[in-house]
Amino acid sequence: MATLCEGFTLCGLVQTQNASDSPIQGIELDEDSDHAVVTDSTRSVTLYKVSDQKPLGSWTVKQGQLLTCPAVFNFQTKEYVVVSDNKVIRVWKDEDLNLDKAFKATVTADVWRVHSAPGGEPVVLFQRGAVRFLDSLLSAPQQPIEDVLSEEEVIRWSASIVAEEQHFVLFTTEQNGECCLYVQRLNPNTLQKYRLEREDSGASPLSFSASLRDKHLNLLYLYPNGCVYQSVVAARGYVGLEGVQDLPRSLRLRLPVGEGELGAASAVALDEAHVAVVGVPHPSARTGKDFLCIWNTNFQTLQAGKEMAGRIHGQVWCYLGKLFVPHGKALSIIPYECQKSSLASALGKLRHTGIAVSKSSVAVPSWNTLLHGDQPQGPTKIVETRKSKLSRKSQSAQALTVDQVLELIKTGPVDEVQREVEVLVSRGDAQDLQLSVGQLACHLVARSQAETAFYTPVALAQLVQTQFLCHSVCPGLLLLSLEHKDYFLCQLCLQLFPDIPEVVTCACLKTFISVPDGDVEMVSLEPDSVSFMEGLVAAGARGGQQNGFSPPLFEEDSCDANHQPKPPQDKKNHTLQLEACPVGLHKAVLLNEVLQTPYSDNFLLPHLKDLDTQQVILFLQYLQFVYLKYSQDVYTQTAGLRSPTMTQIIDWVCLLLDAHFTVLVMAPDAKGLLSNLQSFVKSQVKLFSELGKIESSLQELHKMKLSKDISQYSIEVIELF
Amino acid sequence: MGEFKVHRVRFFDYMPTAIRAMAFNAHTERLALARMDGSVEIFNFTDHYFQEKVIPGKDSRSTESLCWVGGRLFSAGLNGEITEYDLENLRPKYSLEAYGGPIWTIISNTQGTQLAIGCEDGTVKLFEVLEEHIQFERNLDRQKGRIISLSWHPSGTHIAAGMMDMIRVFDVPTGHAVQRLLVDRGFGGSKSQETVVWSVAFLSDHTVVSGDSAGKVQVWDGHTGTLVKTHLVTKWDVLALSVSKDESSVVAGTSEGTVIQFQFIAPTLHQQQDKEWVRTRTFKNHTHDVRALAEIETAIVSGGMDTHLVVRPLLEKFDENTEMAEITLAGFDSVLLFFPQRNLVSCAKKAGLLLFQFPGQLELWRLGDSDGHDGRNTVNIVDSFQTKGSDHICCSALSSCGGWLAYSTVSCVRIYRLQTDNNNISITKVSKLPKALRSAHQLCFSSDSSKMFAASSQSSVLVIALTQSECKYVHTLKPKSGQQPIHLMTTSVDGKWLAAANSDCEIRVYNLQKLKLHCIVPVYGSCPSAMGIHPTTNNMTVVHADQQLFEYSIVEKQYTDWSRKLQKQGLHNVWLDRDTPVTHVTFNPKNPNQVVLHDMHMFCIIDQSLPLPDQKTQFYNQMTLRSLSEQERPSHLHAFKICKTFQDLLCVSLLDDQSLVVVERPLLAITSQLPAPVRQKKFAT
Repeated sequence: MATLCEGFTLCGLVQTQNASDSPIQGIELDEDSDHAVVTDSTRSVTLYKVSDQKPLGSWTVKQGQLLTCPAVFNFQTKEYVVVSDNKVIRVWKDEDLNLDKAFKATVTADVWRVHSAPGGEPVVLFQRGAVRFLDSLLSAPQQPIEDVLSEEEVIRWSASIVAEEQHFVLFTTEQNGECCLYVQRLNPNTLQKYRLEREDSGASPLSFSASLRDKHLNLLYLYPNGCVYQSVVAARGYVGLEGVQDLPRSLRLRLPVGEGELGAASAVALDEAHVAVVGVPHPSARTGKDFLCIWNTNFQTLQAGKEMAGRIHGQVWCYLGKLFVPHGKALSIIPYECQKSSLASALGKLRHTGIAVSKSSVAVPSWNTLLHGDQPQGPTKIVETRKSKLSRKSQSAQALTVDQVLELIKTGPVDEVQREVEVLVSRGDAQDLQLSVGQLACHLVARSQAETAFYTPVALAQLVQTQFLCHSVCPGLLLLSLEHKDYFLCQLCLQLFPDIPEVVTCACLKTFISVPDGDVEMVSLEPDSVSFMEGLVAAGARGGQQNGFSPPLFEEDSCDANHQPKPPQDKKNHTLQLEACPVGLHKAVLLNEVLQTPYSDNFLLPHLKDLDTQQVILFLQYLQFVYLKYSQDVYTQTAGLRSPTMTQIIDWVCLLLDAHFTVLVMAPDAKGLLSNLQSFVKSQVKLFSELGKIESSLQELHKMKLSKDISQYSIEVIELF
Repeated sequence: MGEFKVHRVRFFDYMPTAIRAMAFNAHTERLALARMDGSVEIFNFTDHYFQEKVIPGKDSRSTESLCWVGGRLFSAGLNGEITEYDLENLRPKYSLEAYGGPIWTIISNTQGTQLAIGCEDGTVKLFEVLEEHIQFERNLDRQKGRIISLSWHPSGTHIAAGMMDMIRVFDVPTGHAVQRLLVDRGFGGSKSQETVVWSVAFLSDHTVVSGDSAGKVQVWDGHTGTLVKTHLVTKWDVLALSVSKDESSVVAGTSEGTVIQFQFIAPTLHQQQDKEWVRTRTFKNHTHDVRALAEIETAIVSGGMDTHLVVRPLLEKFDENTEMAEITLAGFDSVLLFFPQRNLVSCAKKAGLLLFQFPGQLELWRLGDSDGHDGRNTVNIVDSFQTKGSDHICCSALSSCGGWLAYSTVSCVRIYRLQTDNNNISITKVSKLPKALRSAHQLCFSSDSSKMFAASSQSSVLVIALTQSECKYVHTLKPKSGQQPIHLMTTSVDGKWLAAANSDCEIRVYNLQKLKLHCIVPVYGSCPSAMGIHPTTNNMTVVHADQQLFEYSIVEKQYTDWSRKLQKQGLHNVWLDRDTPVTHVTFNPKNPNQVVLHDMHMFCIIDQSLPLPDQKTQFYNQMTLRSLSEQERPSHLHAFKICKTFQDLLCVSLLDDQSLVVVERPLLAITSQLPAPVRQKKFAT
């Protein structure tokens, strides 16, 4: 549970001329955790002692000058830094009284923000997107500053994050309603651009908040429609990626917005499960948006709420367990506590973020890192790629890395993709493959779905055959293969995927049944299953029964007391036994695969209803055919071949009948079929009851064996050597 | 080596009784174990789980709970009495009526100054532990409903009490109940049944762990009285709980025979701070209720309705330096203790009679004649003695001529004269016994049946002369020091020597002609589990609980050359790795080189004339020898000839006519006599 404690006012605020603007530009921390550096929107910077709610010092620029960036504290030199009039950087110490006499430097481009964080050098972010370390900038203030952003692109928000040994500057821009996230890594400098998914309304985010968790940068942003999304960017990993990437997002929270859209609101992540939101209405209080709330994103529950009197400017800062909220005529500080919800931990449902990374470098935990903890796989990976890059330079024919293949898949021609995937699969060792196969398959499927012309059956089949894939890893694969009538791949998937949803199984079934025999017979299928089917059909063709034996299948009906005198139809049934397989050989093979797919009755049944009557009848006929073959003594199953079991067949018969019984009863051509099937079920029931009868006798045998050689007394002779 | 005629006897219907309670003394590493018949056994965990002492039970005594206070052992039971045991004389020291109805549980505080008992009438009574006695101090607030289980907080200020449908936490100084923790009932039909909190454990961070009849193990916050976590572990009852010394692990015993371990660990590797109780492992060593549990440093000890004691080593607590291979060898094997490690069978070697000792009766059987090929029908049950009074038999003996029979309970000794004519045996009780002969820990007859020896208190031995008409007290052999009871006694065939071993591992040899101490065998660190004096050489063979074997020459007062050679070369690892101690040593009168030993799973004839096996020799070589030809055999022979044809042995003895008597008690037969276990759904039934 999270709680908001009783808050207190740090200072009063002066209303600005324009009421919508906030009187505060920013709040930053000092080296003393009890201090807060508050920069107002006009001319002054004030240092407060938070616990005493008392100002410790205040600095003001001259009339006519304007502070354009919140003052920050340089943790390395213990100095304060602020920018006035966009271009003048001022640096002063605690003991300096007058800001005008402090150190000044004028730079050549407009500064957006100066960022400083404990453990890192201050960084200057220019309005056109360039980034410089403060030190190096001050040593040569007149150095040229390049433009990173295009003309219309405007920075909306920025932040800097220091992870161990890595310094990041994140900023978001907006251009023609499109929002982008830039991740600038410093030392070595790399810039990566991500495109944020567009919200349906076309609105741009109201607020951003970034945090570092589990070696991943988490970006949390709030849209005017109340949706809070989270995007994850790997802090470590490959850096050499060019171009703009799409940044996937996940909806963490959908806030109630009341009437209209949110105006000035802000969301800040407190920990992995909690988000503090200001400017959003309280769902159970009266309307009005002047609330500070803490939401649990795991359960979408409101954990704590507090009404903030006066106008809220959509600003909230969060430092060291305290929330700083300017509202009305005051800046309030509200301490909070977030405890992990016990239900969450009890159920083990806590989502560990970092799995849905846009570029999942190493998402699957390895036992080594878990057990020995100290050696994350990241660096070694990078080294490896570097090494492979080097070797690639020396030997041009060298195979590509996974990432390169992934890139290739996006654009490359079919043949090349096919070849490279083949090389990669045949080369990779098992552990690496486990990770990369899923990615490869997903990328291949994505490309194929996008371009109908692009389809790589061989590569996909190879990936499936590694047995590292399952349906949930790459949900589109099976349907894609159906679409492309790649029945061999379908068969492979049905055989190897343990987790095919019932709806997909049904879709396969439907396709298989309705496909014309001619289409399938040309396709090459897995030889074992074909030979099994051939054996089955051949057994029927020979047709004979040994020593005049006929299966007691239909005679059993006569035991039934109220069975009506048998119509000549029965004769027909006997001939039906010898009938040929109602479907073609390859089609039968495919149907067998469907029969052997794991399923759950409850989920399968509704989808079975999608089949039309003709399909059902055909399938039932086929099932009946297989059943009859199995019941004949002639056919002895070859051990080792994958084949549907008797139980599977009976289960499918029952399911189909359950799903379509009313229709089948009405259909005249299904009448004979139904009565046959009924007798199958009956004979099975009979078989089991017979087995039940002899069970006790068998148990008795078991006991008899045990009772041997127990006598109370005997005289024996043993020999010892 | 030759053929042996074997009387294979399976008609001893020995039935161990169920284990009811257990208490482990971490200081002395002794485990006290109470059985349903009221007997208490003490196992020494530093000495290969040797069953050091047995205190016989009594009909009216039913022990529900055991508790150590320092080296003192207390028990309480449904007869409403608290009993302290005299561990030196193997008998209850005193019993105290608690006046609270049946007592369900007894515990002591960590300081060992107070005892608390939980009574049927709903009171928790505190007793002060005094030097020689205990004294009632006061009652805690009386509750409605019985107190089933108790646990004292390590600081001594609070007591948690498990009751019907609830747990109460008492503040000890004031005696008031400060918390009431309501325990949910079971689901379905059992909703109407009260939940019995069979066991509670109070940890030092004020966490209360409870096990109840609804099959739950629950973790409570003792400060706030709130439920922290529920583990539903079984459909039946959770009967016992035990906490490890460092409180990082709790084990729970269920009616299904499983022992389930819970550990206090962080659920993920990243968050080491917020630990919680997580169910980790399940052990299934029992078929019936696990009623008693103890988690000790390196193992989980459990016992219950199926009568055997299981010591299940915990792998991770082994010394990290030991190599992995050793851990897998020694680490995973549970030690199962089935049979008492003392003699329940006496064999009259000359007369071919067997005496079986049950808790409340004795059975005398005559072995079949070897002339009739089918010996089956020639066994006679001679007599079964019902003992008078409610005390159970603690020891019994049969003279080798079959003329005398004696047994002892904690309160009296009885001697009978047996007379055989044709096939009838007449039994006369010897009426006048010497006053000094009140009770005995061990009884033994001299080989010519002229004397009887009774081990009495403080390691002393009474010598009684037996004649046709009377029994006469002769002498008391009393050592200068020694407090522990004698658990083994043996005499030499020539009547000159008597050896007696006590649980301090001392073996004293007395000269019976001079009636004084002859020598003390050098004390070895492990308790002797069996010994015997050779009929011709008067060398004494002693086997210890750690499987070491010594031969000591009584006359020369030193170890024999063979023994030195054996010690120098070391016993074979296969021999040392056996987990049951040798319980009998006898000799072949015809072949002075042969010593017959047995434990539960095998008997062994040691031929001292043959070379000793070294570590590379195949130790169990009987099958190999059988397959070899006559000429090849001698090169493969070694001194230890082991026969595993007979299993679950209670006694192996060599009669004077060279035939072996093997008394087996198949474990299957014991299992089949147990009550049915709780019904469990098994797959495909």
